Amino acid sequence: MLQKKVKKRASLLAVILTASVLSIFLILNSLNKNILYFKSPTEIKNSQDVDFNKKLRVGGMVKKDTLKINEEEIKFIITDFKNEIKVSFRGTVPNLFSEGRGVVAEGKLQDKKFFIADRILAKHDENYMPPELKKIMKEDAK
Amino acid sequence: MFSFFYNSNIFIWIEKLLNFINSIFFVLLVAALSFALIFSPPDYLQGDSVRIMYVHVPAAWIGLASFTSIAILSILNFIFKIKNLILITKSIAPIGFMFTCLAIITGAIWGQPTWGTYWAWDARITSMVVLAIFYFIFIMIHKLISEGEKANRISSFVAIIGLINIPIIKFSVNWWSTLHQPASIKISGESSIHSSMLMPLLLMFFVMILYCALIFLMKYKTEIIRIKKKNLNRL
Repeated sequence: MLQKKVKKRASLLAVILTASVLSIFLILNSLNKNILYFKSPTEIKNSQDVDFNKKLRVGGMVKKDTLKINEEEIKFIITDFKNEIKVSFRGTVPNLFSEGRGVVAEGKLQDKKFFIADRILAKHDENYMPPELKKIMKEDAK
Repeated sequence: MFSFFYNSNIFIWIEKLLNFINSIFFVLLVAALSFALIFSPPDYLQGDSVRIMYVHVPAAWIGLASFTSIAILSILNFIFKIKNLILITKSIAPIGFMFTCLAIITGAIWGQPTWGTYWAWDARITSMVVLAIFYFIFIMIHKLISEGEKANRISSFVAIIGLINIPIIKFSVNWWSTLHQPASIKISGESSIHSSMLMPLLLMFFVMILYCALIFLMKYKTEIIRIKKKNLNRL
């Protein structure tokens, strides 16, 4: 039904596509660690070669009732509900930063449990709703 | 098999479609914008900056969809050698490029109040930049290589290779930890976006699709005219 030329071109294309998908997959696989924008506290705990002089990002939730703000610094705990890291930060935080919300801290690890951040980013989740609805949901939860 | 594409009657159809879209476009645009900017509620967390999403998300969808269609048409052209498909891909590319850039820029504007930064080299944002680069290369090939047949071949090759980037963009937020949030609208399962915000979003998407169709049809018409009058290179 199909011409011989058409078949030939289709199979050539299939070969090129599989080859490039495979090579991209291999590249991504080897880059996997670098693609991660931030590490979770568990990943830091499990990693063997932590460089304490290199900047890195830690992400997770701000643990409830751990946010302490005084004149000098902001202290809180980042948790992924398995492991935690204490964070200390001086500077301004984005509006969406608060307890129980996602956060990404950029800075240096002092040890595996203590992190000094020089930049705080708030991570937004995928939920969008009007404020009235949030109120109703909160009241329902009580 | 694809006789519709050869038909020069297509010219008349383009005119009719253009007139039709022109007649409804501005009414719909005003309606969609007023829903997105005035009538829809602010978000419980982000406040009014959620309204940027009504442009950002449809723009990103269109950017992705345009490149996917360019790549699929390039594959069909590569296999079946249908000249008109190249004209179609050439007409889609600038639209896709514009909307991809729009998605990146509106994303940056949204990022400052919500994340606290305009820019982050996370997987989603970086792969979107790669998409914009692919668009740019595709367009520049047609601009710079004067030999028509050669330009077609190289540009289809770029489009087909660039197709691999599309699933990477789509799933980057699920595969890797990124600053960008995962998709709110899921194909299966419940969306995590409230219906009072979903409605204006879909309306804006529809209006932007109409805008794309307008630009595409006008561009396609010029490409056909250019082919018909071979000596005419620029309009």
